[in-house]
Amino acid sequence: MSKLMPASAIGTPFERLDGELKVRGTAPYAYEQPVENPVHLYPVLSTIARGRVERVETAEAEALDGVLTILTAETTPRLADSSDRELAVLQDTSVGYRGQIVAAVLAETPETAREAAAAVQVTYTEEPFTAQLHGDDPALYAPEELNAGTPTDSSQGDFDGAFDTAALRIDATYSTPPEHNNPLEPHVTVAQWDGTVMTLWDSTQGVHAVRGTLAQVLGLEEEQVRVIAPHVGGGFGSKGMPHVQVVMAALAAQVTDGRPVKFPVSRQQMYTLTSHRTPTIQHVRLGAADDGRLTAMSLDILEHTSRIKEFAEQTPAPFRMMYASPNRRTTTRLTPLDIPVPSWMRAPGECPGMFGPEVAMDELAAAAGLDPIELRRRNEPEVDPETGNPFSSRHLLECFDLGAERFGWENRVARPRSVQEDGWLVGMGTASAVYPFMRQPANTARIRYEQDGVYSVQIGASDIGTGSWTALTQIAADALRVPVDRIRLGIGDTRFPTASVAGGSSGTASWGGTIIAAARAFREDHGEHPSPGAQTEAQPPEDPEAADLALYSFGAHFAEVRIHADTGEIRVPRMLGVFSAGRIINPRTARSQFLGAMTMGLGMALHEQGVLDPRFGIFVNSDLAEYHIPTNADVLDMEALWIEDRDEHAGPLGARGIGEIGIVGSPAAIANAAYNASGTRIRDLPLTPDKFLT
Amino acid sequence: MEARITLQVDGEPRSLTVDTRTTVLDALRDQLGVTSPKKGCDHGQCGACTVLLDGRRANSCLALAVAHDGAEVITSEGLAGGTPDGELHPVQRAFLEQDGFQCGYCTPGQVCSAAGIIEEAAAGHPSTATEDLQAEGGIDLTDAEIRERMSGNLCRCGAYVNIVAAVRQAAETAAARRDGAANPEVPVVTDSPTAESMPEHPEERA
Repeated sequence: MSKLMPASAIGTPFERLDGELKVRGTAPYAYEQPVENPVHLYPVLSTIARGRVERVETAEAEALDGVLTILTAETTPRLADSSDRELAVLQDTSVGYRGQIVAAVLAETPETAREAAAAVQVTYTEEPFTAQLHGDDPALYAPEELNAGTPTDSSQGDFDGAFDTAALRIDATYSTPPEHNNPLEPHVTVAQWDGTVMTLWDSTQGVHAVRGTLAQVLGLEEEQVRVIAPHVGGGFGSKGMPHVQVVMAALAAQVTDGRPVKFPVSRQQMYTLTSHRTPTIQHVRLGAADDGRLTAMSLDILEHTSRIKEFAEQTPAPFRMMYASPNRRTTTRLTPLDIPVPSWMRAPGECPGMFGPEVAMDELAAAAGLDPIELRRRNEPEVDPETGNPFSSRHLLECFDLGAERFGWENRVARPRSVQEDGWLVGMGTASAVYPFMRQPANTARIRYEQDGVYSVQIGASDIGTGSWTALTQIAADALRVPVDRIRLGIGDTRFPTASVAGGSSGTASWGGTIIAAARAFREDHGEHPSPGAQTEAQPPEDPEAADLALYSFGAHFAEVRIHADTGEIRVPRMLGVFSAGRIINPRTARSQFLGAMTMGLGMALHEQGVLDPRFGIFVNSDLAEYHIPTNADVLDMEALWIEDRDEHAGPLGARGIGEIGIVGSPAAIANAAYNASGTRIRDLPLTPDKFLT
Repeated sequence: MEARITLQVDGEPRSLTVDTRTTVLDALRDQLGVTSPKKGCDHGQCGACTVLLDGRRANSCLALAVAHDGAEVITSEGLAGGTPDGELHPVQRAFLEQDGFQCGYCTPGQVCSAAGIIEEAAAGHPSTATEDLQAEGGIDLTDAEIRERMSGNLCRCGAYVNIVAAVRQAAETAAARRDGAANPEVPVVTDSPTAESMPEHPEERA
């Protein structure tokens, strides 16, 4: 058992240490890093979904004043490794999706680059393509495994037999549409090649991940790639893995005689170049006894992927461990399409995977005549039903109990469409949340004593809005037993020791645990009164015990929904999330993360829908005017609370991560409230007004 | 085609030659190195580029620089008094205290927009959330007014709850100053912990 580190700065609601820079606007994001005499890149994107580029006519574009060169498949430097076809930009003439880079203009100004890109004429040979996910597609296949090493299928007991004989049965299909991460800072890379070192100012969730991938595709040693990202304007998964713009900028930088190349991906280009969340079709079957106890549960998932690169979401993961039932089964099948490459978006797996099942639980509660919270109480497992491992900490029911009290759940009228106020149908709903605890290996931290009580603490971590600058400073202060103002934190640069990606809600635990290990090693090496320049690098110890435990965070969402009886307009006047996520490092920034994820969940419930036109293979609503995310006026009374549990198995911090759990389950709570309000069960997101006008 | 223009940026006259296709936003960011206004969409859809243009908030990505020769541009950086260590504007102070942001990319636009709506409401400009359009004088910035007026500034991190709290706090500060209830020389907002004022470690105190 790892012992929890005593807290002093940890648990204090400090303001963000980078906050002054952020409110002034002087924190330098990737595009804003000072570089001399930059070249501006603007891409030419394919206008067919599949086929070959036959000819790129560049003469007219090259004749414009200020155009330096136009890169095509013929003129672009070769990659050492072009096996990742998402990243193999301009390495051949094949086109794998509409909106793929087929040429790139380098010019003296952004205006000239863009004008020239419009003047480049590309002719193609088109090939047949498919761009629609549907359930009877013969191309559906079982991937070898799902994201994060999750098994594709699972089966325990006899699902079919138990379902056939169940007293209560729910058998329904749910769907979630393609969604786009849309961080407010568009993806951007500034690249400079001095003949030996490739420097990349990149908007990324992980500088070392970018370095590793770029070194491999470019055929460089890792020491020849430097990645810098001190401030990142949001990511939500799309900046977790390097996408094509990083490689494009790095290739372009090889033809500019040392001048830096700026490639800011436009908002519209992000819809094809920088990933999206796959749509899901979720067939859920729940069998239960009369008292609501589950006897059989199955989840069959269909998703799309790109033909040029597979991404298989671990969507069934939460279904496998959430509730007790002896007979259970899950499957996941993918259709390869000629479309942009899907990837991570906030809580990949858990977020879509807790929509269908949590609405199905609401349907089962109605069928059983039970309160939805009572149904969950009756199906609370004693151990992880999938593995049999005990939970390190499972406080789901406490979250429901506290939330029910604070939300006024006792005022809910169980019979749907029972409450009307001034023409609005009013209802309440709830749903569970879950997210696994993850700590990434391959982290190292460096601690050096400077002078006058000041310590440098360095690790290549990232702050994508999560508050890492502040939280890691607090952790370092407690680990070294000094005040926070003695810590000089360094993150967001590959000059610092290797760090894992800000993803999977693993950042604080992974980086913070490493800082704690380095602080212990530093004190062992140099004592409490080190000499200036004393330095130690260390990695965290292995934690073998965790393998025998189910480590998860849990939560309960509550929502009140109002639907206009005549227009179907839907509003969410109240949302409450109650979470159990272990130790909270900074209550001020933690609350913001919970609320922010719930807000994104509100968007998923009400607004967000990438419309993929199967006739063209393109997302047609590719900007913020047509792809709607929540605005200020969409968010009304919203609050997040937490039960702070001591999890002595979740590393020395005991913090299980908070970046994603807030979005998991929140769309289901809203959909369940919408049913309670209107009596209309909507199983397909988003909950747009037309769906209530039946 | 190029044109020679001058912009008053955060109080400083800045002369430059612009491509006539250059927006105020790109002139600031690419040519003058003023990167406080952000580019989130370049289409007037997200509000990250909001500045005070001749005293009113505007999406600087939708304004052509050549059409604003001689204009006064105030960015969030300039609101703070123009110097890197200048005291924060009460709106900025409120955003910091209420944690009205996460990644910070939309924040300079939110700050300019908030400063703008406080002035607009005080001057009696109505919004669709305003109930009494006949009322004389300033309009009270209720939460509904703040949400409506701030909805041109998108925040993907979802900091809206805290943004509303920050704008409410800043509006109350501004109202108190207008009413003469506070000395304008002294910030009304109370400080909360910062790097300088963070408590010492208990072991060190002992």
